[in-house]
Amino acid sequence: MTIKRIVVGAHYGFRDWLGQRVTAVLMALYAILLVIVLAVQRPADYLAWFNVFSPVWMKVATLTFLACLFYHAWVGMRDIWMDYVKATGVRLVLEVGTLIYLVACGMWALKIFV
Amino acid sequence: MASTITKTPPKVRPKHLNLFQIRQPLPAIMSIMHRISGAALFLFLPPLLWLLDRSLDTEIGYDTVKGYLSLVIVKIVLLGLLYGFMHHFCAGIRYLFLDLHKGIDLKSARLSAGLVYVFSIPMTLVAAWLLLF
Repeated sequence: MTIKRIVVGAHYGFRDWLGQRVTAVLMALYAILLVIVLAVQRPADYLAWFNVFSPVWMKVATLTFLACLFYHAWVGMRDIWMDYVKATGVRLVLEVGTLIYLVACGMWALKIFV
Repeated sequence: MASTITKTPPKVRPKHLNLFQIRQPLPAIMSIMHRISGAALFLFLPPLLWLLDRSLDTEIGYDTVKGYLSLVIVKIVLLGLLYGFMHHFCAGIRYLFLDLHKGIDLKSARLSAGLVYVFSIPMTLVAAWLLLF
């Protein structure tokens, strides 16, 4: 079956649509993992809190979660700008600003966990 | 058949594009809250990363963060963000099911929109009780 439609841009947006959902599932799994880890370890002081994030697997899981978060937020925020901001120039500035903001957050996340 | 169609006078449908004049059904309220909570979590990423960074960096930083978390205004903001997260989480799971064409009829869609609140509000209260109080 073929669907005819007018396509604007390089792709249909399917990659972002799917990416937002895949990252959502991964983040939900991390959230459940974090709740379990915190429930088991019950960190009550600095050392215990530090040790929650000290194993390599936890650093990898947390950085993966944050990477998913930043990509997910990019797709979501771009949807918001596309829905409400009709002026192309303003929208471009907001989109570039969002990207810089999220890349900066990503750098910060690397600083915390690497 | 074609003649009967052309004879029917064109229906004048009311246009209500003012969002505040339309009575929003529960799934619509839940949906816009999904968007608002997502945007709020996005905007609060830097302070949250800052709290995480300081709390893991040094013991002094950990105590500083603990000090901030004892402030009422910080507790209120974090309570709001916790609710934003729980709502976004529950509504997001609902959307994943809708994407798989599960529960797309009106009755189940309304029911699951209600369930988002049934789950997210108690989850927020439990998380707030454990983390903030």
